[in-house]
Amino acid sequence: MRSPISLLRGDSGAGRSADDEPSVRADGGTVAESGSEDGPIESARSRISDSEFVRSMPFWVPAGLLTALFVYGAIGWNFLISLTDWSGLGDPNYGSLDLGNYGEFFAEAWSGDWLFGFVPIPVNGPQEYWALRNTIVLLVLFTVVALIVGLLLAILVDRNIRFENTFRTIYLLPMSLSFVVTALFWSWMYNPTSGMINEVLQMVGLGGLTMQWISDPQTKLFAVIFALIWQFSGYCMVVYLAGLRAIPTDQYEAAKVDGANLLKMYWRVIVPQLRASTVSAAVVLMVFALKAFDFLYVMFGTRPGQSADILAMMMYRESFGVTNWAYGSTIAMILFALALGIVAPYLYYEYQRGEL
Amino acid sequence: MAESTTRRGPGLNRIALYVALLLMVVVYLSPLESGIVTAFKTQQGFFETSPFAPALGEFTVDPWFEAFDRLRSGLVNSLLFTIPATVLSALFGSLAAYGLTNTDWKGQTFVLMLFIAGIFIPYQSVLVPLSQFWATIVNPAEIFAFSDPLANRSGLIALLVTHSAYGIPICTLLFRSHYKSIDTSMLEAARLDGAGIAKIYWRIILPLSIPMFVVTLIYQFTNIWNDLLFALVLVGNPANDVVTMELSALQGSMVGQYNLQMAGAFITALPTLLVYIIFGEQFAEGVAGGGA
Repeated sequence: MRSPISLLRGDSGAGRSADDEPSVRADGGTVAESGSEDGPIESARSRISDSEFVRSMPFWVPAGLLTALFVYGAIGWNFLISLTDWSGLGDPNYGSLDLGNYGEFFAEAWSGDWLFGFVPIPVNGPQEYWALRNTIVLLVLFTVVALIVGLLLAILVDRNIRFENTFRTIYLLPMSLSFVVTALFWSWMYNPTSGMINEVLQMVGLGGLTMQWISDPQTKLFAVIFALIWQFSGYCMVVYLAGLRAIPTDQYEAAKVDGANLLKMYWRVIVPQLRASTVSAAVVLMVFALKAFDFLYVMFGTRPGQSADILAMMMYRESFGVTNWAYGSTIAMILFALALGIVAPYLYYEYQRGEL
Repeated sequence: MAESTTRRGPGLNRIALYVALLLMVVVYLSPLESGIVTAFKTQQGFFETSPFAPALGEFTVDPWFEAFDRLRSGLVNSLLFTIPATVLSALFGSLAAYGLTNTDWKGQTFVLMLFIAGIFIPYQSVLVPLSQFWATIVNPAEIFAFSDPLANRSGLIALLVTHSAYGIPICTLLFRSHYKSIDTSMLEAARLDGAGIAKIYWRIILPLSIPMFVVTLIYQFTNIWNDLLFALVLVGNPANDVVTMELSALQGSMVGQYNLQMAGAFITALPTLLVYIIFGEQFAEGVAGGGA
């Protein structure tokens, strides 16, 4: 009974006697055994696959229960809280539930100036409007630029360069750092009087471009997005690199024979084949953009001002700052819905491709 | 592909390529370079010198000692919950991935989907219930009231369990991708030989999982160590503040003292930086798997 396993693992000793004729024993032994106990082989088979479910349970059920409780239970509870009007120190009252908080949020958010919303004009919209607007700007700009930078890095690194590992390691390095750490680095980089960004601008004769990067409402959000791209583009590079390496080399050859120049080859032949990489990286980036919190919290505290406020920050401020628990939970549910809108199609897509 | 370029534009293209690569290196490392030289400068020094010039006359190591002093208890606290949470989530992930991949029953994919969807949950959408849960339903301070050392660490216990739970989805996915590639005929042979599910896991899967455990442990350690949000919400007692909280507080109280802030940032990042430098390959694998 033990012999094939010990054989596979290269063990000797226990299965020594079986080493002589392992195949005969493996087949004959088991079938005879189960046959004598459970009757016909067919019923034994179905019995095994039935109980396989039962016997696999000890492996995934504990983890499943934790996930069910902390992920799905918590989200359900959060939804329930968002239907109450709970605030302050007391306990939530689950007696009267309604969607009032959602109505309030969207009424406020829509009251801002959406037509010109993307041009930084001095309108005084409510915080809901600014948080939603900035979340969308962050989501789109951060995802698109990080993907482009990551793809360019991947293409550079993929060109049979020397010290490839070193370059890759350096580009991915920011990804291993905490947002608390990188927010500190970038606060210093953006420091208006002695930070590196302004210093370098002055050095190269662009002194006119120096700014109060992270206090000027015009540049705040973009300064944050730039720093986040710095941190995440290495991740995109890794994903794209894996995608590039999966493309068969004869595709490059074919493009060469056709006389395509390098740029054309990448654009026509290579980039379309990276769709799967793009999708999975984009999903991760977008979901991250929705929950980006640590970086902003360290750089600005809980009140980044309307030009850099995002839903994730507003949710924290409403809940843990001013104890508007129900309203905070409402914003949390909106974030969850946004994430679901991104992730559900993605998981379905992966499932269809058989990648799960 | 690379050969063609060398043939077509001998040298020039390659030079441009390396210039671009090095330029990007400058972009990616400059915040760290500026940080590390600043951490060795005196207060006056970093205002008067260029932010990327190394410290010369104004050289000092005091910021490092002061920052370490302020972060010491946070470093200990972070280690206390990060290491067990890392190991637990990896173990749970490995077991769950095995139960959902290498066994044979209907509905596996659906259960797996539910696991994997957990990766993408914005933590904000569970924060309020989570804080309620650890304050009213399961309060570690009350459960461990019999033992002061444990009761005093209630915030860290909450963090340990929370991070273990939220780590399960990603760990399951990482192990799953590995277990899918294991030769089924090997498992089939063991099964025919009468080995039970547990035995197959213990004798075949687990030994084959060691490289994946390295990947997962590194990924989880980095993630959990670097987190701030859960700690902000779950740690009430300042004695339990973790290192990311203390670094954030240091920045708030030492406004403008960039030498101290930079030293603190590097001390906080040191464990993850060391892990990254030693296991960069595995970290990349974890990061890539986490997305796909």
